[in-house]
Amino acid sequence: MANDLISKNRSGSGYALWRRMSELKAGLVGLAIGLIIIGGALIGPLLATVSPTDFVGAPFDPPSQDAMLGTDFMGRDVLSRVLHGGTQILGLSALATVIGVLIGTLLGIVGGYLKGRTDDIIMRLLDVAMAFPQTVLALLFISIVGPKSWLIAILVAAIHIPQVARVMRSVALRVSEEDYIRYAEAIGVSMTRIITREILPNLTAPLMVELGLRFTYSIALIAGLGFLGLMADPSIPDWGMMVNENRIGLLSNAWAVATPVLILAVLTIGTNIFADSLGRSNRGMPSGPADDPKDDEKLSAGKTLETNSDNAAGEIRG
Amino acid sequence: MIMIQNNANAQPVPNLALEVRDLRVSIARTNVDIVKSVSFSLAPGEILGLVGESGSGKTTVGLSALGYCRKGLAISGGSIIIDGQDVLSLSPRQRQKVRGRLVSLIPQDPGTALNPILRIGTQLAECFDHRSSVTEQMLMELLRLVKLPESSGFLRAYPHQLSGGQQQRVGIAMAFANRPRVIVMDEPTTGLDVTTQSHVLDTIRGLCREHSVAAIYVSHDLAVVGALCDRIAVMYSGQIVEHGSASQLLSNPAHPYTRALIHAVPDLDRDSAVSGIPGSAPEPTRRTIGCAFAPRCESAEQRCRTLTPPTKELNGGHYVNCIRAGEIRKVEPSVRSIQVEAFSDRQVALEVSNLEAFHGASRILKGLSFTIHRGSCVALVGESGSGKTTTARCLAGLHGNQSGRIIFDGEVVAPHASQRSASARQRIQYIFQNPYASLNPRKTIGQSVAMAVEQFEPMSVVETRKRVLAALDEVSLPSGFADRYPQQLSGGQRQRVAIARALIVKPKLLICDEVTSALDVSVQAVVVELLEQLQRDHDLAMLFVTHNLAVASNIAQHVAVMQNGSIVEFGKVEDVLRTPVASETQRLLRDTPRFSFAML
Amino acid sequence: MVSSPMLRFTIRRVFLGALTLLAVCVIVFAATQILPGDAARAVLGRNATPERLMEIRAQLQLDRPMIIQFWSWFSGILTGDPGQSLVNGMRVIDIVYPRAVNSAVLLVLTFLASVPLSIALGVIAALYVGRVVDTSLSVIALALAALPEFVVGILLILLLSTSLFHIFPAVSLVPPGSSVLQNPIILVMPVLTLSVVCFPYLFRMTRSAVLEVLASEYIEMARLKGISTLRLVFLHALPNALAPVVQVVALTLAYLAGGVVLVEFVFGYPGIGQGLLDAVVARDIPVIQLTVLLLATVYVLLNLVADLIAMLLTPKMSARQWQTT
Repeated sequence: MANDLISKNRSGSGYALWRRMSELKAGLVGLAIGLIIIGGALIGPLLATVSPTDFVGAPFDPPSQDAMLGTDFMGRDVLSRVLHGGTQILGLSALATVIGVLIGTLLGIVGGYLKGRTDDIIMRLLDVAMAFPQTVLALLFISIVGPKSWLIAILVAAIHIPQVARVMRSVALRVSEEDYIRYAEAIGVSMTRIITREILPNLTAPLMVELGLRFTYSIALIAGLGFLGLMADPSIPDWGMMVNENRIGLLSNAWAVATPVLILAVLTIGTNIFADSLGRSNRGMPSGPADDPKDDEKLSAGKTLETNSDNAAGEIRG
Repeated sequence: MIMIQNNANAQPVPNLALEVRDLRVSIARTNVDIVKSVSFSLAPGEILGLVGESGSGKTTVGLSALGYCRKGLAISGGSIIIDGQDVLSLSPRQRQKVRGRLVSLIPQDPGTALNPILRIGTQLAECFDHRSSVTEQMLMELLRLVKLPESSGFLRAYPHQLSGGQQQRVGIAMAFANRPRVIVMDEPTTGLDVTTQSHVLDTIRGLCREHSVAAIYVSHDLAVVGALCDRIAVMYSGQIVEHGSASQLLSNPAHPYTRALIHAVPDLDRDSAVSGIPGSAPEPTRRTIGCAFAPRCESAEQRCRTLTPPTKELNGGHYVNCIRAGEIRKVEPSVRSIQVEAFSDRQVALEVSNLEAFHGASRILKGLSFTIHRGSCVALVGESGSGKTTTARCLAGLHGNQSGRIIFDGEVVAPHASQRSASARQRIQYIFQNPYASLNPRKTIGQSVAMAVEQFEPMSVVETRKRVLAALDEVSLPSGFADRYPQQLSGGQRQRVAIARALIVKPKLLICDEVTSALDVSVQAVVVELLEQLQRDHDLAMLFVTHNLAVASNIAQHVAVMQNGSIVEFGKVEDVLRTPVASETQRLLRDTPRFSFAML
Repeated sequence: MVSSPMLRFTIRRVFLGALTLLAVCVIVFAATQILPGDAARAVLGRNATPERLMEIRAQLQLDRPMIIQFWSWFSGILTGDPGQSLVNGMRVIDIVYPRAVNSAVLLVLTFLASVPLSIALGVIAALYVGRVVDTSLSVIALALAALPEFVVGILLILLLSTSLFHIFPAVSLVPPGSSVLQNPIILVMPVLTLSVVCFPYLFRMTRSAVLEVLASEYIEMARLKGISTLRLVFLHALPNALAPVVQVVALTLAYLAGGVVLVEFVFGYPGIGQGLLDAVVARDIPVIQLTVLLLATVYVLLNLVADLIAMLLTPKMSARQWQTT
């Protein structure tokens, strides 16, 4: 009789998470915003009719027929620079996010599963790393080594590693306490297999949340560096840099500042909303006993995921 | 359906302490009923046991007596009258005034129900009606009432500094502070060991009698309820299916569910084997017309599935909701038939000598020695913390930090599984306590069951699949289950999967660690029956770890009683139960709640 | 009542903090002295002449063994004489100190403006969870949490300091020699920006801490004991949420010690962050070293305070088992 009870849900990690998340409309809105801006930034250079480095008018010309968003402090076309200005930020952000989350996850899983001395060493090192004011240290390194793209990607990735490792460790720790891991050990399954086949599949959901969250933070950090004028190549248009260099002409052509600022604002809000709903739906997933008999009445009441829902995006970056 | 309680001690009082009429509780969002048409009444000093399995709605009914329900639920109908006042008609503010004064709660888990940052004295004092006029004397008096140490040091303590039993007594003291008319108890002894439980129950009983406080005792444990309560109401799927005095209901159960439930509860006084109830109760959203129990009922007829059973009165306040009540013949339970062979003639499967285990520096097992013969089952019984689970884990190679000798099938096995030979790992299999944690939620049942085959006897995908299906079949799970995920299975089904996973590689020794403690009694009985049969079919040596002597007596031939990391008594089950030698065994036997089946 | 586990935790935590600071020193030193091959060349960039190189090398003591270099620098820091600026020869401490005071003013004002309000709103949102107040505040916080600091600053400038509403000055310039407090209006925009940056963390952590407590069984029990709502909220619920909230307040401040760099740059505020950026551009290594060290110390100390406060607020850690004797 239980057969008809169960049908709709494949419960495989990614799919179930996706299904739950799409129930939260905010997540979809966030995803749409993020994709539109990222897509725009990627095909932007193809859409631009004017070169971003050509001088098309006087500095800080207001919007006109020729330059829809006016000109910047050197008389270049703001629209064209905006269309070109996302490639570098987004590319570096994606790279930094992937590196940071990958290494962080690896450290987290190894620490969480092996426990003991290995875990202690990893966690102590991460504690020390977290105790640094990371943006300031990033500035320190950039000032010494000079603004190189690879350095920026590595620094931003390094800023993510301790945070990601902490989150993933706590999940890995919880998973590795479960009896199915004990079972695998009891029948002699190898360590790599336990990590890849037993633990990792249970981590996909938090992993996706981390990717979303860290991507948002990467954009913020890298745009911030551009704003400070610390991006690798000042000749490449960059949203963060544009904000800074055009600030003096705020009263003549506010669009030169407002456009990149608004794009950055909308983009980060979009990706953050996406990561946040991903996190919410993740917390709502039955990580363990979906029908724990001890929990009977609570569960049938459709206990919602209202509590405890803020940690993912509520954590402090930096 | 008003009944005046029939116990001799209390005065017959004409007014009722509590009357619940036609109570209905539903999920607020969907309006699906969790509980419906529940009616009962309580006279002062009377204790009603509200019995049911998970999801039956018993806690919901209990809490609604306080005019309260958990988040997401709403009391959608009926009335709850305490002292002539309908609690449900009161405003939220007035309800708050009633709580703790006319009706109070003793929570399920006192460890989490006491505020961790407030001192015991503060939490006790705020229960009184006029907080400002509470004197230390009143608090001492309250402590004396529940047999807690009457010291001001105790009042200054924080909850985490008390033992579980003390915490629960604080919970009781809080409930009795204002001498309410009614007390609701939500499985208040779940986390306690049997001796503490028995003392706490004595205190509760005494207080209710002495102060004429009526009580609702919500529990899944028929034996506890039978020992404590004057009357019992059995709940199934959100409704009361049978209701009567404790002696009537236990000696002469009329509803097929009550009967089945009684037969499912292992009891020390009974010679019959436990028998489970196949299937599981429907979810609140899946309840259909007709009798909710019909799909699982052996006596169900066509009309049971279409007609809502009316409430029938059998005699003197014994009510039952069953169309066929009175028609169904009492079924005699099968008599337990454990073959009493001379196991000592059989080959020794496992010999443990001087096993010691450590947790850091502390020694948690202190030199255990015992043997298990082929085809026999040894039950390892003891309270929590006695070391029984550690013993099981040492044998399975999951603990590691241990000394002593484990000889299995004539060969010495290493402490940790990673140091053992593949064949040793294959022939010793382990079943975990919590079926909700022992299956990887990201793997299908088939993948989980196949793991050991892939590990020990790799074969083609088709062959493996065949083995998996055969193993599932052996535990009576249809082959379709192989492609499901654990989340789609009930607890009992998951535990069957765990059994199939252990048996698929044909082990010689099966270690079962509290495998039924996370399950409802009706399901527990099914699993015990299954294990017993499989053990016999496969001629397995088995170590069955349990805290419940009655369960042990149902499955094992020998029993080892553990206390503080040592075996204090070992012997044949009959001998140990009949003539216990160790004081620990005597204590366990004395404090294990039981009901008498003399009339059954 | 300092019981032994508490004391041990404190000692351990202080020791760890000291160790972290030492690690910061080593890294700051190593980064500036070892990484780029030759710091002197890095300082001078393309303008390097052999004479200038020699001079800078001598000043940085690059000709001496590494350990000696570290020690002379480290002991200089400890004795309050961290050397001189490479750019104008001023004592580093005279450059950094007044700017640090300005930044401290900013942080204190932000703390006073942001913390009480954010926490109060967090508590309100938790108490009215699911209502309009809660959902609208939560959406605002979610949006603000994503925004980079400088984006917040620029957006506020666009809103409050340009043609839209020209209320506050867009830059916080201070004539040399005068205090920021003599011209308080220039503080408004930076404080507002930092407060907006802090708000989402404080708000969301407070909200979720209170929600978690409200969902606990002891709150359900307290409610069913019949105590008044006021007592329930202020005696039973909020004190239990205090530990995580206090911790997040300290962490937010610590975070601001780093975030202040960008915000000061946005408004040209004469604080330590702006000073750091100037030094970075000028490659004034002693100034960079001292500034980074100062910010790191504040960060580590605030983290330490956060942990110690959390410990004091948790009776489980601070008390022993009650004895029946």
